Amino acid sequence: MATDQMTVQASGKGPQPTVKPAPRRSLPVLDRRYLPVLGTFVVLVLMLVIGGTRYENFLSGRVMANLFINNSFLIVVAVGMTFVILTGGIDLSVGAVVALSTCISAWMFLHGWDAIITIPASILVGTLIGWIVGVMVHVFEIQPFIATLAAMFLARGLCYVVAPESIPITDATIVKLSETRWEIVDNFAVTPSGVIALSVVLVAFVTLHYTRFGRTVYAIGGNEQSARLMGLPVARTKVLVYVISGTCAGLGGLLFAVFARSGYSLTGVGMELDAIAAVVIGGTLLTGGSGFVLGSVLGVLVLGLIQTIITFEGTLSSWWTKIVIGALLLVFVILQRLLVVRRR
Amino acid sequence: MTEQSTTPIVEMTGISITFPGVKALDGVDFRLLPGEVHALMGENGAGKSTLIKALTGVYGIDSGRIVVGGVEQVFSGPAAAQAAGVSTVYQEVNLTDNLSVAENVMLGHEIRRFGVIDWHATRKAARGYLQALNLDIDPRSSLSSHSLAVQQLVAISRAMVVDARVLILDEPTSSLDADEVARLFDVVRTLRDRGVAILFVSHFLDQIYAISDRLTVLRNGTLVGEYRTEELSRVELVGKMIGRELEVLSELETSSERAVVDWTGTPYLQAIGVGRKGSIEPFDLDIFPGEIVGLAGLLGSGRTELARLLYGADHADSGETRVAGEPVRLRNPRAGLSRSIVFSSESRKTEGIIGDLTVRENIVLGLQAERGWLRRVPSRKADEVVDRYIKALGVRPANPDAIAGNLSGGNQQKVLLARWLATAPKLLILDEPTRGIDVGAKAEIQKLVAELASQGMSVVFISAELDEVLRLSHRIAVLRDRRKVAELVNSQDVTTDVVVDLIASGGTSA
Repeated sequence: MATDQMTVQASGKGPQPTVKPAPRRSLPVLDRRYLPVLGTFVVLVLMLVIGGTRYENFLSGRVMANLFINNSFLIVVAVGMTFVILTGGIDLSVGAVVALSTCISAWMFLHGWDAIITIPASILVGTLIGWIVGVMVHVFEIQPFIATLAAMFLARGLCYVVAPESIPITDATIVKLSETRWEIVDNFAVTPSGVIALSVVLVAFVTLHYTRFGRTVYAIGGNEQSARLMGLPVARTKVLVYVISGTCAGLGGLLFAVFARSGYSLTGVGMELDAIAAVVIGGTLLTGGSGFVLGSVLGVLVLGLIQTIITFEGTLSSWWTKIVIGALLLVFVILQRLLVVRRR
Repeated sequence: MTEQSTTPIVEMTGISITFPGVKALDGVDFRLLPGEVHALMGENGAGKSTLIKALTGVYGIDSGRIVVGGVEQVFSGPAAAQAAGVSTVYQEVNLTDNLSVAENVMLGHEIRRFGVIDWHATRKAARGYLQALNLDIDPRSSLSSHSLAVQQLVAISRAMVVDARVLILDEPTSSLDADEVARLFDVVRTLRDRGVAILFVSHFLDQIYAISDRLTVLRNGTLVGEYRTEELSRVELVGKMIGRELEVLSELETSSERAVVDWTGTPYLQAIGVGRKGSIEPFDLDIFPGEIVGLAGLLGSGRTELARLLYGADHADSGETRVAGEPVRLRNPRAGLSRSIVFSSESRKTEGIIGDLTVRENIVLGLQAERGWLRRVPSRKADEVVDRYIKALGVRPANPDAIAGNLSGGNQQKVLLARWLATAPKLLILDEPTRGIDVGAKAEIQKLVAELASQGMSVVFISAELDEVLRLSHRIAVLRDRRKVAELVNSQDVTTDVVVDLIASGGTSA
């Protein structure tokens, strides 16, 4: 997959049955499909360079480590979102599911449940909601937008039932998870949350590119009708992407609980939009069928870096984060549009 | 090929399928032998597509049995049908063009090692399947970088991956040129010789006779019969498809005594030097009451562009248009409509029929547009109009509440025609009214046009089929390179050759 080559040609029509001498080149000519991700990468590097030259200590290990630590839950959520968007769907429920997951774990710890039970439970809540959404989308053919909107209200409402007020988490396992830091070099430390997030990315990458399920996800995004006629398990796959997104949101909630050490019903308001922004900035087409999970990770890092830069600037209000994200999102969407138009 | 006395690989008995308002198939039997190319024939709406979709598991059947390879099957979907060895290549190639050729061939059957896809082996296998069909393309290339013909062969390669014993080709040649068709047929013969049973659907009779061994004819959702291709002449075949001995067609053929047109009066529509930059050069054209004016020319010669100026879809930037002698400015289609000029579009799917509405609603639309949106058409009047035109045009099924999208192409065209006829136009512009529909419906539509003209309606008739234009028109305007190059009065001496010469020479010899 990663070595699929597509020479840069103006999507030539007309018969081309001639053999390309096709000796396998080790480095393919730049594939157009990588362009959006490459664009994101360039933006990321630019931001690092600008930050590094403008502010002291910007490129320090601590700042970079914090970038990962503060955004590990968003990375996990964005990975789940990538699956859904690749099929051409959308999941608006993830922010609320993150909140529900933190609330439930906080509530269970408060009532003396052990981490062995609580941790899986808080993740499986997301799985369950994702499954319900998947069934709504597939069996009842409800628009993903509406199905996940319903799930969003449902989950957010349940948060208040479980935890009307913020509940602190004092469980030993969670405390340990949040305080552990493995220092690698020069203040650059990784946390268990970071490791979990990166593992999720790795598993997602392998799933998307090296399993039939993953390829079916792309096929559905490319043309759902065709995928069905090709005999691919469209139904199962569509339900499963929402299950994955829900599970990722559940896990994201757990990571957020570790990060904040409390459960609060107003957690993650608007996080679904951050996740969607990260996925789009990472080069995944909202129409589905094209994009990479690594792009979404880059997208999250870009969002995180914007925040970091605004913080370093000091004089700017944090609302500037939103303005920059908005502008960046616009630029990326227009860029993608141009790419798609040219491909036709 | 040799007669196969082997047992059929597919045996369908008593298949019935009903859609809301439409009995699509009624007790149809069908059998397919291994190692044969079997053509499925019938008019639009005869039930060919429905039968195929029943066999491939896209539609469930209401009654009947499907036996594939000796096992009775109830297919829950295309995946189940493929697992039983029934693969389909559809007219609009159903692959995903965001993925590579190799993936499109192998999707769902990728070679795995230790639970993950082994891309190297998968691509190698894909190359093998492609080469088995003499298709030498790079499996890594993107599907969208290949022509439709190649994509179709890729789709066939895919069918071979699932070890298809039955391959269904639904209108595979409709967008291929002659060389590409020849190439496809080579592949089809190769597969047939390997024992694959091939079900072939096409509108082109020549191709049916070139490739098929046997054929099954359907009409109105029922079985007409099963024949050996070599034992059935073309005339007989067409007769069986439309259910009568081509009388309509021949009747039309001989009715060269077209109603006489009075060319001395005032033309209903007169275009003087009308043109539009980049669209069509200024032209003169008179259309008299009761006259059929044919527009001949190649695709892209400006036929449709000319028509759009006549009824106001585009506004002219030069010249003058007169309706019944009065100068008018047609700024939009509504202006045309108010002068009783209507236009029936060539792309009935996107610009004409509204598939989600019923036949009745589609027909009443034109009438409603003429009245303005605030004054509802009284339902009694609507019923009367709808009934009249369904009968007059022979829309099948004759059910005003059938969903228009469920009708066959020819019948959709009739509904579209009914919509405009209901507004009682004085000038009817028909852009490719018979494209993609079968002989029977074609003949009916031609007959209707001739009748309408004899009742005093002016008609502009646009068609890519020259003999159709010649058969109907009183006068023919020839277009080439977005310019009107000639105009001739139709007579016995005007043959397709004359018109073709005009198109080729650009009118210099006329």
